Order: sequence, then structure tokens, then C-alpha cells
Amino acid sequence: MNQWEELQRAAFGKRISRRDFMRRATALGVSTALATGVLSKAGYAQEPKKGGKFVIGIGHGATTDSLDPATYPDQMTGVVGWGASANSLTEMDEKGNVVPDLAESFEPSDDAKTWVFKLRKGVTFHDGRTVTADDVVASYKHHMGPDSKSAAKSILASVAEIKADGDNIVFTLNGGNADFPFYASDYHLPIMPANQDGTVDWQSGNRTGPFSIESFDPGIGAKLKRNPNFYKDVWFDEFEVKVIADVAARTNALTSGEIHFMDRCDLKTINMLKRNQDLEINQVTGYGHYIFVMNTQQAPFDNPDVRNALKYAIDRDEILQKVFLGYGTVGNDNPIAPSIQYAINPEPIHSYNPDKVRELLKKAGLDSLTVDLSVSDAAFSGAVDAGTLFKESAAKAGININVIREADDAYWDAVWLKKPFVASYWNGRPVQDWMFTTAYAADAAWNDTFWKNPRFNELLVAARSETDSNKRAAMYAEMQQLLHDDGGLINIVFNSYVSANSKKVAHGPLLSNWDVDGMKIASRWWFA
Amino acid sequence: MDLLSGVPRGQKIEQGGVAFGRRGHMHPILRTVLQRLGLGLLTLFIVSLVIFSLIEMLPGNFAKRILGQAATPETVAAFEKEIGLDKPAHIRYVTWVGNVVQGDFGASFASRVGYKRQVSDLITPRLKNTLFLASLTALIAVPLAIGLGILAALYRNSPFDRIVNSVTLTTISMPEFFMAYILMLFLAVKLQMFPSLASVDADTPLWERIYRCALPALTLTLVIVAHMMRMTRAAIINLLASPYIEMARLKGISKSRVILHHALPNAWAPIVNVIAFNLAYLVVGVVIVEAVFTYPGIGQLMVDAVRTKDMPVVQACALIFAATYILLNLIADIISISTNPRLLHPR
Repeated sequence: MNQWEELQRAAFGKRISRRDFMRRATALGVSTALATGVLSKAGYAQEPKKGGKFVIGIGHGATTDSLDPATYPDQMTGVVGWGASANSLTEMDEKGNVVPDLAESFEPSDDAKTWVFKLRKGVTFHDGRTVTADDVVASYKHHMGPDSKSAAKSILASVAEIKADGDNIVFTLNGGNADFPFYASDYHLPIMPANQDGTVDWQSGNRTGPFSIESFDPGIGAKLKRNPNFYKDVWFDEFEVKVIADVAARTNALTSGEIHFMDRCDLKTINMLKRNQDLEINQVTGYGHYIFVMNTQQAPFDNPDVRNALKYAIDRDEILQKVFLGYGTVGNDNPIAPSIQYAINPEPIHSYNPDKVRELLKKAGLDSLTVDLSVSDAAFSGAVDAGTLFKESAAKAGININVIREADDAYWDAVWLKKPFVASYWNGRPVQDWMFTTAYAADAAWNDTFWKNPRFNELLVAARSETDSNKRAAMYAEMQQLLHDDGGLINIVFNSYVSANSKKVAHGPLLSNWDVDGMKIASRWWFA
Repeated sequence: MDLLSGVPRGQKIEQGGVAFGRRGHMHPILRTVLQRLGLGLLTLFIVSLVIFSLIEMLPGNFAKRILGQAATPETVAAFEKEIGLDKPAHIRYVTWVGNVVQGDFGASFASRVGYKRQVSDLITPRLKNTLFLASLTALIAVPLAIGLGILAALYRNSPFDRIVNSVTLTTISMPEFFMAYILMLFLAVKLQMFPSLASVDADTPLWERIYRCALPALTLTLVIVAHMMRMTRAAIINLLASPYIEMARLKGISKSRVILHHALPNAWAPIVNVIAFNLAYLVVGVVIVEAVFTYPGIGQLMVDAVRTKDMPVVQACALIFAATYILLNLIADIISISTNPRLLHPR
């Protein structure tokens, strides 16, 4: 035992190489799991190694899923049809930067109105054919045009022209957009082989990614095999995704060793799961946020003092602790997550303050206030509970909230954007312009607060084409402040992605742009 | 459905059969089959109409559902046009019925240009899985239930009878998912005897398939045994009071012979009806067990399809479920008739 302690001390003092440590630990009869645990605590980087079949269980996926990236609804299709089997032109790294993927490099023109992406050389599809600029053009055109029903249609609306120029792809935008490379990292935009007629072949699943799809069974799962020609290292030989909708079944599958990773842990039982020595729990605060939105064009929410009264009437900490069991970060009525470029935390911090609420109501000329709040767990899981807690805390401050539980089925259809005060959810976007253009620009289709602030919209256009980083930071700071002070959004929490994995697998820092390690778990993890 | 539903149904047939026998041209079995098949077709038609109208009445539609938050009026319109949802409901229904009559269940709404997903292709593997699990469970549960029922009747009011009764009643009283989780906790997580996931696919070899299905089959067995066992016991005990059994007993025949040779043959009708009811349940009602064990059966498919309002798939599943009930009840009635000489040879 003395030798083992000595060895550990050597590891913590970084006086020994990783390999030597493992060899000597094994010689001392210490289990591999324990030894690697010590190494990771001591801050050693894990050395990936090749081999093995990695199986994950995902809580999403329906029989109506397809490999058409235009209608990827969630994690299942994102992981199988993009993260594991395909590539976009760019991708996000763990620090929130955009880095080249299928594009080797990308350059804007001076006003950020034209973007040139240079295609990585020698990348092939799974069937061996070399990727050309025409494939990229066809893959993008799949989402554009009047008949498109793509989820990426709105983010490509600013693209006026896209053309192939040798190994380059040239995007001409309607206006300057310094963030365009971020858009190109979206999981709806994998590069697929073009057909003769300029359409794209998404049906075959033949793509460029680290794994090739062997079988895809919508609503059941998918099996994939390593692509030996991938341009980067890939560790697993095989990768399998199982759709396990029931969270208890998913947890059992993980504890009984049938899967190595599960997403969306049951927060109610997570403390029991933590006791299991063979498992590791991961928590990543992403860009996604749970919100209540007010229609700023309708009484009484057209009065900024009423809006601010409601922002001070919600006890976010209580909701975070009671509904989300602490897994998240309280919001401050800024939809921009702290990890995003140019994010600020606007002052004053909106926290529960009944006196401030009464003061604001008096300023608005009201003695008391009664409002209807529409909620449903379709908006986000826990919305009904969050609404109920909001009602309680607001009642103490003189605001009477009627919590109306709406049907899950038609929530996005008949309640969201229709009723004046509703629960909602945003997945978040990796850059501010994208988030603002989607949900806070005056003319945005999904402007769910119906907020039309002239200064904000002026800044939005100006910041988009501004390439000076300091100026952009100042503009985005002002916009976030405006939204915080005047907007119709009550940001309750930034939610966390909580996943669990067997210690048989290892990984580096997790990506925060999407759940399941940015949906790229297949190529970023390895067997320990 | 009423726990004793088998009995009145059995009696009804008896009356019908006898009545027809008096006018007597056609064999009673043939008559029942034809009559039931005719009624069955009518039932199927009504079922399809009811299901179609119900889904029509639900708020939202497939296009909006699939696009979710991303549904803008233009994308929804483009989508509806592609899957034919832009046509009025009655026209869609008539077209669909016309195709089904010709054996074409159509394509799922999840189809896209160049990617046709035929409803039959979606349903066939799922239905096979469901039938496999149902057969496996039936192979265990039916002999077990009948055996226990006969033994319980033979030793009625003994400690054995009491134990069998209370154990089976306990298992039937527990919700399926609870039973499933309990079995999973002990047999899969703690003892690691069986896998907790029953995920099988077309390439899974038979033994592996049986092994993976062990826990779901066990769960379902525990859920259905009580019903069949108690019906067997009750039907036999009921007959033990009849004069001919007393006669047999007075002749000095052993107790087990009285039950097996004299009571049981006359008790088949209600037993078979309950068995049929439970078998039908195994096909159409096991969605919870499928979900807990992640078994790719047809129940899961239908729930998925209802949630997304994938009408062609819902319709096809509903028809299959209705047909299962009709056919199994028909078979039960045929067996009832053929085991009852009074019905088989009407004067």
C-alpha cells in the first residue's frame, strides 16, 4: 500500500509519465479503473486508443425519423445522420470557437458579404468518391428555395448566391455577416453527394463522416462502422445507437452494462446513480434556456414596468433547485449563455424582490395585477411545476398568476406565438446574431415576445457586418442590456445536459453547443 | 372487459348454434365462421372510420408535429402538399379504403421524395416481433395456467390452492410496468441473469432472441396467468356439482380422472374464450412492456404513429389489432363448438 501511495504522490507531482504510472499500478495489483481515476484527478490527459464497439442509449427518436437533414428533429438523427456519419463545412470546438471541418479554411471579403470556403483536399465519401465543391452546393441548395421545409431554411435565408469555383465554394450574402462560418456548423447542413440533376442524395446515407451507416432503423436504432479513410483519427471500430425512450430503462441498460452512455438522466434519481462507482455523471451547461415569454404588444405586457415587475416576481433559484434539482444556471433575462462570445451579465441582476415588484406596479399605476400564464411540459419538461412556483412567488408580491395547463399536442401550434404569456424553450445558438435574428429581430418569424425595439434592430444589422472585434463586443453588450431592461423574456434557467457513462469509456472536454458531446460523441470518445 | 366475459359469450353461441341447427342445412362451424367473418369485415370498416375521424379531430397535424417549433406557414404548406394532407378528409379516407381493399396500405407520412416508406414494410418486422413475444409468452403461460387451474380445482381449498390463488392474484394486481421494473431490478441489474434491453433485430439468432425476450415474456406471463388459471378452476369446479360428475364419482373413479376425463372436456368453452382474450391482449396491449424493455413491437410503432399523427400507420395498426381480436374470438368459438357435442351435432 505504501508503494501505491508513493506512486500516487508521484502522479500528482507529475514526476512520472502516464504510461509508467499505469504499468506500475498494474504491477501493484491496482485496478485499471482506479488507476485511470487517479490519473484524471492528477490532471493527466487521457491517451485515446483504438478499438471496441461503443453503444449509446438515447432518449429520442421516432419511427418517423429519416436521414433527410432538412427535418432532423433531435439527438437521434443528429448523432447518427450528422455527428457520426457526416461533416459540415465547419464545426464548433469546446471553447465555443468555430473551426474548419470539411472546409480547410474560410475567408470573408472585407465587408463580410462574400465568404469563400476552401474544400479540404482528398476527402472522400464512404463509397470512395472524392468530395467536390458541387456536392457542397447541392447539399446547401437542398435547404433553400421556396419549396424547402428545412429547419435550416431560415439561417440560409441571407444567402443570395452559392457557387462552386474549383475547390472553393463562394457564398454571396444579402448583407454582411461576420458570423456566417458559425451557421455553416449547423447539424442540418451535412455535406452529401450530389446527383446528376443537382439534387442531393441524402437517401443512401453515403456521407463523409468518421463512421459509415450500416443500418438505420428509425425509432429503434442504428449501427455504424468506422470509416477507415476519415481525415482524422477515429477510435471506436463500431458505434451503435439504441433508442430507449423510457428513462428508467435507459438507466438500467447503463447500470447493467448494455450501453456505455446515456443522455438525459433522470434528475430525480441522479443522486442514487452517482453512488455507482462504475459510472460517471457529466453536466454541461449549453446554450439552451427555459423561458416565459410575454407578448410586448399586448396589454398589460406592453408596459415595460409590468414586464419588469414580472421579472422581479419570479424566484429563479427556487425553481432551479426544486424543478431542475440544481442542474442549470439561473438566467438573468439575457438569452445569451455565458460561454458565448461577447456575452455579458447585464446589471441590475434580476432576482426575486417583492418590494421592487410593488414599486414597479405602483409606477405602472396598478395596485395589483392578474395575468394568465399558459404552460405545458411540451414547452420544456418541468414547465408546469415552474409555472406553479412562479405563481406562488408572484402572489407574495401582489401579482396574481393563473397558471393554465395547455395540451401537449398542439402547444407549439396553438399556444406558442398565439397566447400572450407562455412557457417556451430555445435550444440556443452558438452566436449572438443567430439567436437574435431567430427570436428577437422585429421581423423574425419566431419573435415570440413580439418585441420591436428600433435601437436593437439597428444595432443588429450594424453588428452583423462589423469585423472589428471591439466594436462588435460593445454593440452586443448594448443589445443584451436592452433586451434585459426592456424585452419580453423571462429567462428562468440555462438548462444543463446531464448524461452518464460507464468508466470503461473516456473522453475529453465535452462540447456545449449540443447535447451528446455536441452530437459528435462517436468520434470524440474512446475506450479507456 | 369483464373478467368473466368468456362465459356469456360461450352461452350465446350455444343458443345461436342450437337455433340454427333446428332449421339445419349448414354445418354449425361453417355457419359461425361465415357469420363471424362477415361481421368482422363490418367491424373493421367501422374501426377504420372511427380511428380516422378521431385523428382528424385531434389538434395539429403531421406536418406541424414533425416540424415542431420550426413550422412556419410556408414549410407546413410545402410539407402537407408533399404527403397529400392538403386534400379534404373524406377524399383521403375514400382513397385510402380503396387502396386497402386491394391490399395496399399506402406509404407512411414519413416518406420523402426518393425515400418511400411503405406501411407494410414498417409493420411487418414489428408485427413479427410482437407475434414472437406473444407466442413465447403463450407457450409458457397457457400450459402453466391450465395446469395450475386443474391442480387448484383438484385440491381446492387446500393450502396449495390458496397459495396459487394469492400469488397469481398478486401478480395480476400489480401494474405491468411495476412488475417489469421489479424483474429488471432483480434479474437484470442485481443478478445479471438476463439482459435488461430486449432489443432484437432481423439478424438476431433464435436462441439469442429467446434469451433477450425472457424478461418481457416473464412479465407478461405473470400478468396473464391469473385470469386463465382462475377461469379454468372456476369452470371445472362449476361442473363438479353436476349430476353426471356425481355419477362418475359414485362409480369409484379417481378424482383426477373425474376432472380430466369428465369435467374438463365440458369446461373448454369458457376456458378457451379467456385464453383467446388473453392472447389477443398479448398482441395488442403490450405497449408498456415493449417500452420498458425497448422491444421493437407493433404497440410502440402505433403509439409513435399516434403521437406524430402518421395516419396511414395508425390506421393499419388499428386494423391489425381489430382483426386479431376478431380472428382469435372466432377460433375460440370454433373450439367451443367442436368440444361440445350438443353444438357439433345439433338435432
